[in-house]
Amino acid sequence: MAEETLLQARELCRRYGDRTALENLDLSVRRGEIVGLLGPNGAGKSTTLRILSGTLPPHRGTVTVAGADLFAAPRQARRRLGYLPEIPPVYPEMTVAAYLRYCGELRGLRRQALSRALERALERCRLGSVRQRLIGNLSKGYVQRIGLAQAVLHEPEVLILDEPTVGLDPLQTREFRTLIRELGEDRGIVFSSHILPEIRALCDRVLILRDGRTLFSGPVTAADSRRFRLRCAHAPDAAQLAALPGVTALEPAADGSLLLTLADEAAAAQVQQAVLAAGWMLREWGPAHDGLEQLLVTLVHGEPA
Amino acid sequence: MIVRIARREFRALFATPLPWLFLALGQFLLAWLFLTLVEQYQTSYQPLLVKLDAGLGATDLVAVPFLADPRLLMLLLLAAALLAMRLLAEERRQQTLPLLLAAPVSATEIVLGKYLGALALGLLLVALWGGLPLTLLLGTGLDLGRLLAALLGLALLVASLLAFALWVSALASQPAAAAAATFGGGLLLMLLQRDGGQGILAYLGLLSHYERFLRGEVAVAALAFHGVLITGFLALTVRRLDALRVQA
Repeated sequence: MAEETLLQARELCRRYGDRTALENLDLSVRRGEIVGLLGPNGAGKSTTLRILSGTLPPHRGTVTVAGADLFAAPRQARRRLGYLPEIPPVYPEMTVAAYLRYCGELRGLRRQALSRALERALERCRLGSVRQRLIGNLSKGYVQRIGLAQAVLHEPEVLILDEPTVGLDPLQTREFRTLIRELGEDRGIVFSSHILPEIRALCDRVLILRDGRTLFSGPVTAADSRRFRLRCAHAPDAAQLAALPGVTALEPAADGSLLLTLADEAAAAQVQQAVLAAGWMLREWGPAHDGLEQLLVTLVHGEPA
Repeated sequence: MIVRIARREFRALFATPLPWLFLALGQFLLAWLFLTLVEQYQTSYQPLLVKLDAGLGATDLVAVPFLADPRLLMLLLLAAALLAMRLLAEERRQQTLPLLLAAPVSATEIVLGKYLGALALGLLLVALWGGLPLTLLLGTGLDLGRLLAALLGLALLVASLLAFALWVSALASQPAAAAAATFGGGLLLMLLQRDGGQGILAYLGLLSHYERFLRGEVAVAALAFHGVLITGFLALTVRRLDALRVQA
């Protein structure tokens, strides 16, 4: 079940006039997987998500949603898609409940199924207390939740979320991430963000985009596997440490520890042994968790890590 | 699905003060106009008609002139322009269109839903305005057949203008531009016959057909003309929406 591919995009291309917004993007999302799109503004994140949601036609390429071709069998594919655009598509003059009811009707839900879906979405997105309020009178945090509620209303297998946490306060952001993680357990989710910790906290895989090109596509942890944080009781001699076999780079971190870049994962054990042998007294050893950041800086800004 | 989209559209139109204001002011202005016509009939025409023993009555001299009055037609055009601002242009400006575009509904369903929602408001206007001449029945006899033909003509005129307004609304991403283009384009559609006088241009003019309805003629050709016009504009709108999501 975990291997079932829910969303598959191949060789997506999109131009705006002369400008190429997206070039040969490939993407696949399996059930239970959260894939993040990362990149600076204008990198093509929103364009990608709009194409995947079927609200923008690509100039080339195919998209299949749970086996249904988005362009050949749009109705079937769209039923299994939930989409939250960058700006939640809500009507300010409607009440929350009336709006969600209308959204359910658009997706073909009727009577009891509609009422059940409505209650579930209200509860899941914690909107019960505002169900009879006008959307136009609610705060940004609520509007964002309403946007998410409409996207998950019909229990789609694929969720597409465009910068879902932009404009939320830290508490709301945390709530939102928990919600996305819950939703991701039995669905496939693609979401975009330019916030690194968010991608790291939520995603299994990441695609890094710049100028419409895919610069990196792989598991989030892969980027982390060669970066380690080292802290010793006695300050080690930097030159000596850097000379150890397997260490390719060394830099001091802001908190006094050292960040090591190793040639490969196997080198970790060797370096640990060498540190112990040198008598520096190893206090802390662990993944540096900044691999993604390094990768992003290298790829997007073209600077060496 | 079409009905549900239409129902939401109709309710959304009445969620703002604009249509209420328009209905109230329009009704007031047209009631004023209507009363002027009635008074003119009573003081000037009636004694003359009695003297001449002419075969004219309130239908010819009050009801039909009222429905043919340029001020009524201008209000109608204004209503179409205001509706063009809403419909699709506002959805694009508010960025709510993705909700419809991402939903499992066809562009045809979206367009028909939007159109019927707007048409319901248009027909409400026809009913309210057309109701004024019918009040004459309280005091005098009317040529009901002719009046109904005229009202049918007015309804078809509204339906055609709104189909045009919806298309313009789909083209423009600025609501104000949609309103201006609908007003200008609608005026052109209505007035085509004025200068040309005859030939193809005159045939295309909305008012040349409306005038026949006002004379009490319900011609199949006129019905077909409006049918083609409405279908044509709706089809153009569907194409436009499809271009936004399925064709690059």
